[in-house]
Amino acid sequence: MWEISNAMPIQGFIGGIMIGIASAILLIGVGRIAGISGLFGRASGLTRTDTPWKVAAGFIVSLLVGAWIVQVASNEGVVTRYPSEVLLVAGGLLVGFGTRLGSGCTSGHGVCGMSRLSRRSLIATPIFIGSGTLTVALMNFAGIGQ
Amino acid sequence: MNRELLAAILSGLLFGAGLAISGMADPVRVRGFLDIFGNWDSTLVFVMGGAVVVMAVAWVIQGKMSAPLLREEFSLPETATLDVPLVAGAIIFGIGWALAGLCPGPALIGLVLVPTSAFIFVLAMLSGMGIYQITMGRK
Repeated sequence: MWEISNAMPIQGFIGGIMIGIASAILLIGVGRIAGISGLFGRASGLTRTDTPWKVAAGFIVSLLVGAWIVQVASNEGVVTRYPSEVLLVAGGLLVGFGTRLGSGCTSGHGVCGMSRLSRRSLIATPIFIGSGTLTVALMNFAGIGQ
Repeated sequence: MNRELLAAILSGLLFGAGLAISGMADPVRVRGFLDIFGNWDSTLVFVMGGAVVVMAVAWVIQGKMSAPLLREEFSLPETATLDVPLVAGAIIFGIGWALAGLCPGPALIGLVLVPTSAFIFVLAMLSGMGIYQITMGRK
C-alpha cells in the first residue's frame, strides 16, 4: 500500500496552522484574501487590483524574510530538491498563466476559498490536484523526473 | 507606517515561516503528494488541513463583522459563476505545479533558499502571468 514513512505530518500540520493564522490576519485585519498568486501579481505591477501596492509588496517581501528566518534558525536548513531548468521554465510558465486564468492557486483557492466553501474554489482545487496527479503519473510513465 | 501594512508584514512573515517549516519548499515532497498512484507523500494534506481548519474559524468570525479591524470594508471575491477560464486555469496550473513541484508561495520563498533555481521558476512564472495579461487580460 501507500508508503507514508517519509511524510512529515507534525511539521506539516504546524506549518499549516501558521499559514492559516497568517491568512486569518489578512482576512480579519485587512479584509483581503491571502492568495499568493494574486498578491504577487499585484506586487510585481502586472495586475491592478484594489489592494494597495504597499500591502501586496510588504506581504511578499516579508514572506521571503519569514522563510529566511526559519532557514537561519534551523540546524539542518530547509530541504529544497529542485528539478532541472527545463522543468522549472515549463512549470513556471504554466503556473503563471494558469493561476491568472483560474484566478488563484493553492493558497487562494486551496486554503482561503475551500475554507469559505466558495463554489469556485471547491471546483478549482480538486481540478488542479487532479491535473497535477495525472501529470505526475505521466511523468513517471515516461521516466521524466529530476 | 500604516497599520494595514504592518498587518500584511506580520501575515507574510508567518506565512513564509509556515511554508518553510511545513516541508512545502521542497519540490520533491510536493510532487510526492501528487504521486497518488506511486510513492505517495501525505504531508501536504496536513499542511492544507491545518490551514483550512484555522481559516474556517476565521470565516465564521468574519461573517459576524461588518468591517475588518483596520479598514472600512472587506474586499473579497464575490463571483460564484463556474466558467471555462476557472476550469482551464486550474487544469493548466495543476500541470505546471506537477512539472516543477512548485506553486507560487514555495517558489517565492525559494528565492532566499535556493536563489538561482527559484529565480528561473519565478521569472518563468512572471512571464506566464505577463502572457495572460497581454493575450486575455483585463486590468
